[in-house]
Amino acid sequence: MAQPSKTPVVFAPWEDQTQKPVIQFKNVTKRFGNFTAIDNLSLDIFEREFFALLGPSGCGKTTIMRMLAGFESASEGTILLGGKDISAVPPNKRPVNMMFQSYALFPHLSVWDNIAFGLRRSSMPKDEIGARVDEMLRLTRMEKFAKRKPHQISGGQRQRVALARSLAKAPKLLLLDEPLGALDKKLRHDTQFELMDIQEKTGTTFVIVTHDQEEAMTVASRVAVMDHGKLIQVATPAAIYETPNFVYVADFIGEVNLVEGNSRKVGADKYEVSWAEGQTALRGTCPREIAEGTRVTYAVRPEKVAISAEKPKDAANAIQGSVHDIAYLGNISTYHVMLPTGQVIKAQESNTRRLANRHFTWDDQVWLSFTDTAGVILTE
Amino acid sequence: MNYRRLMLIGVPYLWLLGLFLVPFIIVLKISLSDIALSIPPYAPTLDLSEGWAGLKDFFSKLDFDNFLFLKTDPLYWKAYVSSLQIAIFSTAITLLVGYPIAYGMARAPEEWRATLMMLVILPFWTSFLIRVYSWMGILGKEGFLNATLMWLGIVDEPLTILNTNTAVYIGIVYTYLPFMILPIYAALDKLDISLLEAAEDLGCTRTSAFWLVTLPLSRPGIVAGSFLVFIPVIGEFVIPSLLGGSNTLMIGKILFEEFSSNRDWPVASAVAVLLLLIVVVPIVLFQRSQERQAEAQK
Repeated sequence: MAQPSKTPVVFAPWEDQTQKPVIQFKNVTKRFGNFTAIDNLSLDIFEREFFALLGPSGCGKTTIMRMLAGFESASEGTILLGGKDISAVPPNKRPVNMMFQSYALFPHLSVWDNIAFGLRRSSMPKDEIGARVDEMLRLTRMEKFAKRKPHQISGGQRQRVALARSLAKAPKLLLLDEPLGALDKKLRHDTQFELMDIQEKTGTTFVIVTHDQEEAMTVASRVAVMDHGKLIQVATPAAIYETPNFVYVADFIGEVNLVEGNSRKVGADKYEVSWAEGQTALRGTCPREIAEGTRVTYAVRPEKVAISAEKPKDAANAIQGSVHDIAYLGNISTYHVMLPTGQVIKAQESNTRRLANRHFTWDDQVWLSFTDTAGVILTE
Repeated sequence: MNYRRLMLIGVPYLWLLGLFLVPFIIVLKISLSDIALSIPPYAPTLDLSEGWAGLKDFFSKLDFDNFLFLKTDPLYWKAYVSSLQIAIFSTAITLLVGYPIAYGMARAPEEWRATLMMLVILPFWTSFLIRVYSWMGILGKEGFLNATLMWLGIVDEPLTILNTNTAVYIGIVYTYLPFMILPIYAALDKLDISLLEAAEDLGCTRTSAFWLVTLPLSRPGIVAGSFLVFIPVIGEFVIPSLLGGSNTLMIGKILFEEFSSNRDWPVASAVAVLLLLIVVVPIVLFQRSQERQAEAQK
């Protein structure tokens, strides 16, 4: 692996053995009555990371966050913050602040007083509180609204105040619970970049909970995909997208074509998947060893599938089919190509040309092709 | 403004006009009249058959003598002050008792709340008079309370509670408690739990989160409840006359005595008009606070 000390440009403390994680979950289980919300979970999060917990609702991501904030305690296992067990530390004594999904701004206090709320509970002298609040207002560009009450500002501004309030105490760890859920799409995009900016400026460790995979991919240094209280995969956004470990992850993140079949080893990490009678086997990659004849799932992303009228000469994989449907999304078009077996494979093309010049139309016979590195073979 | 809208607004206006303004003008008129041994027991009465001269004669006979009389006898201003005092104290006690109950209701498990609410409203299903009479049975010399206390050996002689101001306070707090609990409960019920979590997250203890978040946010409920208790208690008549003693001075009692025992309708009306003026001040304050709150929720 790369030596982070020699290449400091790449931020990857999780690959550095000498780095100490700021948060450690050690075999943590959390039960609510009979329901197991978190199931024997172990996880390390490092300083200055922007860590995303991603999963469908009810997967346990919010429970993890509430355990970090101190509103829930683990049924089993330990949670370490900076190397210390925090199970006995109440929420008001933890160097952790949270930005709530509902923002939870105090409606009876002005924007200024909301931001100052946490500082006033600390031992900070009065004049320093004022300076710190003004700094936070500048950071979130809310200086003009300091005197307003929360109900007098817009949703996006409330979101910024909530962020400023949670950052004011300079916590070791900032928790963001679906922070952008209430914003419209455009504002959400802008705010994502703003969040990353602020995270970089303050150097705080951020843990964000979201069910929006695009959001997780955009902001996070690492993404943890969760389901039923377990971590399915923890990796960088690129790794999650390009080399998912599980069918669940491949399916959850972005669009994917999934084909089931039996595997046969053909190279170092190359396998062939025979998936239908009379069809050429698909070639794909898997870094792990798979026994001959194992039932596997072949996964390939639509944008990695090329579409052409003639059979491409030197493609690792090429299958013929007919255009069944075309989804025009403006910047890209998704072609739904029906194979003779009845299966539908999606292929995406950038619309670099105007619509009138489109190559293919409904019921055209086309060839789909993709490389053997684009196709990922998954066993589970 | 079209006809339908006028109709819609007209109905409540006519209601208020017919059932509030007209009776008030009648009372005001009586308060400006003089006592007379006749039926009705005051003079002058308006006789429109004599035309313009009769009307002039009628108005010339109205005067403020009854209001001036209220100044001469210290009984009246003492009764007003004592009523205000009792109203303020009993509002404070009702608040102190009602707030924890409302808080407990709002924090109770969801499935319990309807039942608890029912228990608060339940006393209204019995006649108010019967409930006050049953307090006489409880607080009397041979009442349940004294019997229990003596049986437990806490006191040797029965306590004198009935016919004192203490009994009046007990009666008022008991009767008006639901009016305090319900608005406070409504305010606390709306309170978002995540606000308290946010307060704790930012360094508050549970106690300081209560003082800094819960209490200020339940203020509209406290204000509404306090006015709902304070305003009717000032003029309260039944509770002080049944549970209070001869030295319990409340303006409602004086009013009743002037009307029925003394048969001095003009002075009684003057007492009533003055009472109304005293109560109007808190009512205006109450409405302004309601408006401010509505403004804040926009």
